[in-house]
Amino acid sequence: MANGGTGTATATAPETATERGALTHPDLHRLDDVNRDVLKMLGRPGKGWWALFGLAATGVGVFLTAWLLIQVPFGIGVSGLNSPVGWGVYITTFVFWVGIAHSGTLISAILFLFRAPWRQSIYRAAEAMTVFAVMTAGLFPLIHVGRLWHAYWLIPYPNSRFLWPNFKSPLIWDVFAITTYFTVSATFFFLGTIPDIAAARDRATGLRKKFYTVISLGWQGTDSQWHHFGKAYIYLAALATPLVLSVHSVVSWDFAMSIVPGWHTTIFAPYFVAGAIYSGIAMVITLIVPMRKIFGLEAYLTTKHFDAMAKLMLLTSLIVLYAYLCEFFLAWYSGEEVERTAFWNRLFGNYWWATWIMLTCNGFVPVMLWFKRVRHSIPALFVISFFVNIGMWFERYVIVVTSLHHEYEPFAWGMYRPSVVEMCILVGSFCWFGFWFLLFTRLLPPIAIQELKEVMPPPMRKKATTQGADS
Amino acid sequence: MSAPTGILASYEYLDSTVDAITGLRKAGFEVKAYAPYPDHHIEHALGYDQSPVRVWTLVGGLTGTATALAFTVWTSVDWPIVVGGKPIVSIPPYVIIMFELTVLFGALATIIGLFILSRLPNLKPAVIYDPEFTAGRYGVYVEADGTRLDEARRILNDEEPIELREGQVAHV
Repeated sequence: MANGGTGTATATAPETATERGALTHPDLHRLDDVNRDVLKMLGRPGKGWWALFGLAATGVGVFLTAWLLIQVPFGIGVSGLNSPVGWGVYITTFVFWVGIAHSGTLISAILFLFRAPWRQSIYRAAEAMTVFAVMTAGLFPLIHVGRLWHAYWLIPYPNSRFLWPNFKSPLIWDVFAITTYFTVSATFFFLGTIPDIAAARDRATGLRKKFYTVISLGWQGTDSQWHHFGKAYIYLAALATPLVLSVHSVVSWDFAMSIVPGWHTTIFAPYFVAGAIYSGIAMVITLIVPMRKIFGLEAYLTTKHFDAMAKLMLLTSLIVLYAYLCEFFLAWYSGEEVERTAFWNRLFGNYWWATWIMLTCNGFVPVMLWFKRVRHSIPALFVISFFVNIGMWFERYVIVVTSLHHEYEPFAWGMYRPSVVEMCILVGSFCWFGFWFLLFTRLLPPIAIQELKEVMPPPMRKKATTQGADS
Repeated sequence: MSAPTGILASYEYLDSTVDAITGLRKAGFEVKAYAPYPDHHIEHALGYDQSPVRVWTLVGGLTGTATALAFTVWTSVDWPIVVGGKPIVSIPPYVIIMFELTVLFGALATIIGLFILSRLPNLKPAVIYDPEFTAGRYGVYVEADGTRLDEARRILNDEEPIELREGQVAHV
C-alpha cells in the first residue's frame, strides 16, 4: 500500500536489521510490513481457531454450571473439602493461575527495563496471558469461600457497625495484592496496546473501525503523545517490577504465616516467585507455539526467542529444584519430629504420587534444556512446557494437601479426594482462560507493532552519511 | 486576521522528517510531528526535556503510601482487635498494604497524568490526518497564515514529502 507513495527502493539493508534488533527475516524491510503481517491476524478466523474457540466456550459452560448452578445452590459440600483438608483443588488452582500470570509481567516490565531485545515479539501475548490468568485466579477465592454473596466483606467499606478487615491477616494482604496486580497489569497491558489499536483502526472498515476508534481513544501518534507515553510506560514498568515479585510472595505468606508443618518456612517467598516465573514461561511457550503455527508468525517468533525462553525456564527450574532440596534437607537437619514426618510423608506417604510427579516434571524433565538441540527444537519445547505446567500444578497440590492432611495430631489426620465438581471447575478454568486468550488474538494486535518498529532500522534518505552517526 | 492554514506533510524517511522539523523550528514555527513509533531523533529535534508524567507517578505513589498507613492505623484504633498482648497498631504487616497501595495509586496516577498531558481520549475526528502515520510514514504539521504560509510550504517541500495536505484550521 505504501509502496504506491514513492516507488523508491526500500531503505533498509537486511544486515543492519540484524545488528539493531531481534528481527532477521528477509521479508521484513519496511516499517509497514509489520502492520501487514500483524494486522492480517485480525482478519477472518480459520477453522483451527473456531475449533479451539468452540472447545473453550463449551468448557466455560461446564465451568459456570459446576460453580453457579451446582456448588452455589447446594453448598461447598459438593466439593471434597472437609476437616482436616479445608484447602484443596481450588486453592491449588488459585496459586497455579497467579503463578502463570507472573512471567507475563516479567517479560513485559522487567525485561523491558533490562532492554532484552528478544522480548518485543512475545511480550504482548505474555501480557495478555497475565491479565487473563489473574482474571481466572481471582475467581478461585470466590469459588473457594462458598458463600459468594458475602465476598464483598473482604473489601474495607464503611458500614453501620464500623467493622474493618484485619490488616494483620495474610488473607487480607492477598486481597490487596491480587486486586492491585490485576488493576496494574490490565492498565499496563491496555496502555501498551493503544498505539497498535490505532494502527488497526487506520486499516479497518465498518463496525471494527468504530470499535477500534473508541478503544484507541483517538491516538494519532503525535510527538507529545509519544513523549508522555514513553515516560509513562517506563514508570509503569518500574512500578510493576517490584509488584510482580511481591504478589507471589504475599500468596506464599498465606501459607508461611501459619504453623502448619511444611508451610512454616522462610524460603517460601523466593521459592514461590521462582516457581511462578518457571510455570509462567512454560505457559507462554504452550500458548505461542500454536499461535505461531496458526497465524504463520515464523518471521517474528524465531528459535532465538524460544532459546531465550528455554534458558529462563532452565534457570528457574534450577532455583525450584534447589528449593525442594533445601526443604527436605532442613526438615532432616532441624531434628524436628513433626517437620521430619511431614516431609517423609510427602515422599512416601499417601500422596507419594503427587510428590513424584512434581519432582519428575519440575526437576528432572527440564534437565533436557541443557542441550542446545532441545532448546532449538520447538516441538520438544512444547512437550516440555506441558510437563512443567503439570508439574507446577502438582507442586501446589503437594504443598496444600499433603501438609494439611497430616498435621500435628494423629487423630486429626485425614484424606482428601477432589469431587467431580472440583475437577469440572479445574478443567473449566483452563477453558475460561483459553476463551479470553482466543478472543484477544482476534480483537487486539497480538504482537506489539510499535515496539517491533523501534528495533527496526529507521528508513533514511541519506543512507551512507547517517548510518554511522545513528545511535 | 484570517484563519491560519494547517499544512501536513507526510514523509517516507526519518532524516527528511527531522530536517523539516529543524528547519521549521529555526524559522520560528510551532511544529507538531507524527511517527509510527516513539523516535528519539524527532523528540530531540523538537527539543523535548523530561515529561511531567514522573511528577504524577511520584505524587500518586506517595499518596498511596500515606493513605494505606493512615487507613490501617485508623481502622485498628477504631475497632481494636485485642489478641494476647500483641500491639493493636503493628506496623510490619501494614507495610504490605502500604506497598500495594503505593503501586496501585502510582500506576493509576501515571495513567491519569498521561491522559491529561497527551489530551486523551480525543474522539473528535482529526481534520487533517494521514492513516499511514500508524503504519510507516512520518508527518510534520504546521500552522501559518499569509506570507509565512509560503515559507513553511517551501521548507516542507525541500525535504520531498510523499504528500502535502492543506486545510483551514477549524479549532481555536
